[in-house]
Amino acid sequence: MIRSTHLPLLITIATFLLAYTLCGWQYPAMLSTRVLANLLTDNAFLGIAAVGMTFVILSGGIDLSIGSVIAFTGVFLAVILRDTSIHPLLAFALILLITISFGAAMGAMIHYLEMPPFIVTLAGMFLARGAAYVLSTDSVPITHEFYDTLQSLYWKAPGGGRFRLTGLIMLLTFAAGIIAAHRTRFGQNVYALGGGLQTARLMGVPLAKTTIGIYATSGGLAGLAGIVFSLYTSAGYSLATVGVELDAIAAVVIGGTLLTGGTGFVAGTFFGILIMGLIQTFIVFDGTLSSWWTKIVIGGLLFGFILLQKGLTWATTLRRKPAPEFAAQS
Amino acid sequence: MMNHVNSTLRRIAPQLVILAGVLLLNFLVFPDFFRIEFQHGRLFGNLIDVLNRGAPTALLCIGMTLVIATRGIDLSVGAVMAIAGAVAAALVVDGHSWQVALLGALCAGALCGAWNGVLVAVLRIQPIVATLVLMVAGRGIAQLVTEGTILTFVNPGLVHLGSGTVVGIPTPILIWLGLGLIVTAVVRKTALGMLIEAIGINESSSRLAGINSRVLIISVYLISGFCAALAGVIVAADIKGADANNAGLWLELDAILAVVIGGNSLLGGRFSIIASLLGALIIQSVNSVILLSGMPPEFNLVIKALIIIAILVIQSPTVKHALYILRASADPLPPGSIKEAKESPQ
Repeated sequence: MIRSTHLPLLITIATFLLAYTLCGWQYPAMLSTRVLANLLTDNAFLGIAAVGMTFVILSGGIDLSIGSVIAFTGVFLAVILRDTSIHPLLAFALILLITISFGAAMGAMIHYLEMPPFIVTLAGMFLARGAAYVLSTDSVPITHEFYDTLQSLYWKAPGGGRFRLTGLIMLLTFAAGIIAAHRTRFGQNVYALGGGLQTARLMGVPLAKTTIGIYATSGGLAGLAGIVFSLYTSAGYSLATVGVELDAIAAVVIGGTLLTGGTGFVAGTFFGILIMGLIQTFIVFDGTLSSWWTKIVIGGLLFGFILLQKGLTWATTLRRKPAPEFAAQS
Repeated sequence: MMNHVNSTLRRIAPQLVILAGVLLLNFLVFPDFFRIEFQHGRLFGNLIDVLNRGAPTALLCIGMTLVIATRGIDLSVGAVMAIAGAVAAALVVDGHSWQVALLGALCAGALCGAWNGVLVAVLRIQPIVATLVLMVAGRGIAQLVTEGTILTFVNPGLVHLGSGTVVGIPTPILIWLGLGLIVTAVVRKTALGMLIEAIGINESSSRLAGINSRVLIISVYLISGFCAALAGVIVAADIKGADANNAGLWLELDAILAVVIGGNSLLGGRFSIIASLLGALIIQSVNSVILLSGMPPEFNLVIKALIIIAILVIQSPTVKHALYILRASADPLPPGSIKEAKESPQ
């Protein structure tokens, strides 16, 4: 018996497999390891950021700042590697520290000032983007031999696909995210918080620690995504990754996580990312479709998955209690 | 009547103080700020610029206030602006008159709003998710209409809406002032405003009280789409072209911010359109102070973010509560006035 909470995840996986089969049927070249490897490499930064977003959304919040934090990280790394002689690894540690504190500060504002996450992270989005502008308005190239070393690390699969380090980082992040969500106390607290603030408080969930931890995680993962993005583009640009937060939210929703919080899986987000990457790859392969179809198709998919979740919620509510309250609500 | 004016004034007092403060800042960095001249048959001056440039945000926040009052949110207004601009431009490029173009754009906007409303009210999808669909897909649809190019036009009637004047006053100012007045009058002179507030406070009980919440929710999203379409036409007319990628980009965030600065709770309930419009003017004045101070443009966003954070912190429930306690303990009021202070909104 499949539990209804697992159904959205299974449907997401089935959608991905079906879409991939259809793509492969039309363009057999899409089944090659090259396409698969590129799917991982091209979406690595988005995937890492989406793991953080999954935690935020599971807790019933939202983080609009991640796109700006990714851009800020890229510019920060590019500028610091250009102007000083510190080792990139030290720079990585420094930026992770900054982004984690940034996220923690937003979490603290949300908890202690009782402001809605939407507005706090919106201000954070302006602040991070503004800080990136202050550092540099130009695209700053990164030329460091350590970057070349990192970029040349890959495993060449049979068929010519190159699985790069950044793709591996994304997979590791997802693995860590899945373990953190389902096997740690922090993860349980996040689900409890998403289930309802009042209930969580009564259960004895440390609200301040959890809220700050969630946004610190999201900030830190956005920082990691920024590092991966700078490895991917070898540059830092303050206008880069505008709107990535929306892609991340879309991936989380397509992955079967409820935006009200409390229900969902980190693994679902992984397939959400793959589905979105697949749409883009298909449009590239097709060649006749214009790029704006990506947006329309993703919007349509979003709609489809939301309807699906709605239907499932209805079905379970109806089965559990044909109570008069439901009749009054609809 | 006097009482009514008094309560409105008390409601918008914080916004008026903040606006005055920001305008004073403007005056300090640019002494000529308040000078208004009449040249070439139109009013010129920085104050007029603030009113004129603030038109899109002001228009958006009229609809957004109503949506937020029902405990909703409309993320799609920026994308709807792009769609409306694209439709208007495509229609005049096809040789239709500007009236037809305007009507077409407004219909497109209302249709988008109705779609959002149906998702929220009938399918009962969470507003933030329901409007996210159109926010993501909307720009794609706008690009579909413009076929990926920036559609330019020269139709004088349509251009007038963005950069023309009526008896010396720039048209966009008249449009947002007019629409603001009409909507305020309609929701306050009828029971409509109270019904909308009832839905925001508790939808189930409002329904039990006999309010047709489904129709009302669809209508507020429809109005929001309509306002967004009007803003989209103004922006397109201002640059004489429809840019599907950049028209109204991130303006939904400015509009939501204006509503929040206006002291309206994101959790729905009591609302004030006037306060939201003042919020929009505050945002535009902040933009203006940054421009006029001659600071390097790189600092714009950082300063704007810091000012906004400061305003939000001042308005946050915790700080407000602390201030209230401070005031109450410093100055013991007679019981009657404490009761009154508690009843005053926000």
